[in-house]
Amino acid sequence: MTQAESLSLRRALLAGLRRELVIAFRHKGDLANPLIFFLMVVVFIPLGISEEPAMLARIAPGVLWVIALLATLLSLDGLFRSDFDDGSLEQLVLSPQPLGYLVLTKVLVHWLVTGVPLTLLAPVLGVMLQLPVEGYLVLVLSLLVGTGSLSLIGSIGAALTVGLRKGGLLLSLVIMPFYVPVLIFGSGAVKNAIQGFAVGAELAVLVAMLLGWLMLAPFAIAGALKISVRA
Amino acid sequence: MATCNTQPHPVARQPETRVPILEFKNFICERDGQALFRPLNFSLSPGDLVQISGPNGAGKTTFLRAVCGLFDDWSGELFWQGQATRTPGYEMCSNLLYLGHQPGVKKSLTAAENLHWFFGSHGRAFPGQVSEALAQVGLSGYEDVFCHQMSAGQMRRVALARLYVSSAAIWILDEPFTAIDRAGVRNLETLIQRHTSKGGLVILTTHQPLALDGVRLVELTPQTEMPE
Repeated sequence: MTQAESLSLRRALLAGLRRELVIAFRHKGDLANPLIFFLMVVVFIPLGISEEPAMLARIAPGVLWVIALLATLLSLDGLFRSDFDDGSLEQLVLSPQPLGYLVLTKVLVHWLVTGVPLTLLAPVLGVMLQLPVEGYLVLVLSLLVGTGSLSLIGSIGAALTVGLRKGGLLLSLVIMPFYVPVLIFGSGAVKNAIQGFAVGAELAVLVAMLLGWLMLAPFAIAGALKISVRA
Repeated sequence: MATCNTQPHPVARQPETRVPILEFKNFICERDGQALFRPLNFSLSPGDLVQISGPNGAGKTTFLRAVCGLFDDWSGELFWQGQATRTPGYEMCSNLLYLGHQPGVKKSLTAAENLHWFFGSHGRAFPGQVSEALAQVGLSGYEDVFCHQMSAGQMRRVALARLYVSSAAIWILDEPFTAIDRAGVRNLETLIQRHTSKGGLVILTTHQPLALDGVRLVELTPQTEMPE
């Protein structure tokens, strides 16, 4: 049996997934950061704008979505940074396995430790913002699907800027335009639900965007990482 | 050594072809449009041990990175088993072990987790036992110690433990002796010698005198005079 035959992509993916999860749960501060940001802003909004329930109920869908988006953005800068600094990224690029799939495990874990907790926290914060009762289910569904897209898009930006010393600002500028449609359809779905309209179309578009990015992002991230490593 | 693979390397198992593993023709690395060294022309066959030498800033690291496909700005030709390549393909990658300045050891993982991930990311099961591999580099009992609790030398040793169990034929080692104590250096030299005698290929840079037989020296000479 030659060496090439004994290699397995499945094993590589499992090894990556395991490693990322272990690392994520060893850095508990990074884990809590986006959630605390989310909580903080939602606490400040009634204090800063208005405590009037009708007013809060009207802005709640948009506010929750915008903050979830910014919280995701906050967590992205470090996504590839430590791997880049300690040489793990080079080793990953040198792996005979396709880099796009290998980094997809990183993105998946990023979504699991930011997108999913944000989604679960959102209904609680919805109560604080007087979100009408019709909106909760759609808020959770739209965030669950939408944060997946946000993680994928953000990873492309993080991969492009990882080699730069001050990539944080550039990262935001690069990915902001691609976040806009996700935000529009996400908060649109919640608004529609509150007003009693159908939400199927918006949710379908969110799922379609997720699937689209899921196909494109592995290639884009792999390409961007190779550029960053080879610079 | 129990964990070491005693079979000849797959790349070395082709005596009839006589094609060198790696061949360089007019190979130059560039930075900002400036060639770093005079064009290189040489070829490497199984069993070769090559030391890339040159003063600081001569482009040794850049050269090694270019061979691995981690540096793009080079011209000339690079042949992998007779085929011109720009970046290493699947076959070369699965036969290549690169150890750079940053060894790719994650501080928040333990020594064992780091080693498991390294082979796992290539799609391999860990060859042999982690405890034996760590014992080879003098880290027995350190399997479950976090790498951020280790000294710089110990972290390098975790990375070096890959060499003791890897079945890769080509080793590209950038300053492998950095932060390693004298006994460790001797140990590593023995390992390198054994690897080449089995038909492996080693390309390394170091500023230490090597106590090894059959070292081929490739000197990187600056293309132009250094600016005053």
